[in-house]
Amino acid sequence: MKSAVIVFPGSNCDRDVAVALEQVSGRAPLMVWHNDTEVPPVDFIVLPGGFSFGDYLRAGAMAAHSPIMRSVKERAAGGTLVLGICNGFQVLCEAGLLPGVLMHNSGLRFVCRDVHIRVDNDRTAFTGRYGKGDVIRVPVAHNEGNYFSDSETVDRLESEGRVVFRYCSPDGKVDDASNPNGSRAAIAGIVNEQGNVLGMMPHPERVSEPRLGGTDGRPLFESVMAVLS
Amino acid sequence: MKAKIHITLKSGVLDPQGKAVEHALAALGFGGVDSVRQGKYIEVDLAESNPETARSKIDAMCRQLLANTVIENYAFDLVE
Repeated sequence: MKSAVIVFPGSNCDRDVAVALEQVSGRAPLMVWHNDTEVPPVDFIVLPGGFSFGDYLRAGAMAAHSPIMRSVKERAAGGTLVLGICNGFQVLCEAGLLPGVLMHNSGLRFVCRDVHIRVDNDRTAFTGRYGKGDVIRVPVAHNEGNYFSDSETVDRLESEGRVVFRYCSPDGKVDDASNPNGSRAAIAGIVNEQGNVLGMMPHPERVSEPRLGGTDGRPLFESVMAVLS
Repeated sequence: MKAKIHITLKSGVLDPQGKAVEHALAALGFGGVDSVRQGKYIEVDLAESNPETARSKIDAMCRQLLANTVIENYAFDLVE
């Protein structure tokens, strides 16, 4: 599996993702700078977390218009798997690769803790190694993670099974108390219509080996690996 | 030519910051505040003397970058 991590000024999870990718695939990803205009030929592109461009204007708004994003859009349209984590999810929404927007957390606080999310679709290229309904424990660390889109879009995401991850209680119940940021329908991660672009607020790379305190995020990378090999 | 651009959250979109400001105003003793909505104000200086061209340029800037039209409305005035 050949992969690339896009690095924006202010990205800060790029190296964490690179370690996770290398451990799972045995091959270090290419690190691609935002000012480059062409993503090298790879099977998997990751937009990492961080605070690209200092979250100026809106989180992800500046990065969405970086030179490299034109190439990322082309690859996504051509079917290359693209994963956006946290700030990467915000960038994908601002770039129009995923519907909706990540607004300020409803509680007005930066939320940095482990949350539970439920796998609501195990048939994507990113979730094949999970089972439907699995509850996994993954950290979030964000100020703008409050997923919003109009009701029509949310209904469509629901009916097409595109809500991949949902915030839930440890036993898998979706309730307000388990929603860390006020996201509509407790959405923690969605895929695009073609199913090859996933955006999620929780950080699977931060729980991808035992010494990090958990391995619940590792199957996500293994799922991609399995699909591509 | 200068554009004075106001970006506001669409009605129906929750504005937690506006709500927090509203509560703070009440805590300071300001009565009769029905609601507060928070937005952004941006000034853009344009090397453009034709108001019509300027208007369409600013409109495109708002749609493509300055506002996220999923949740925000924008309005602007041009001044000499």
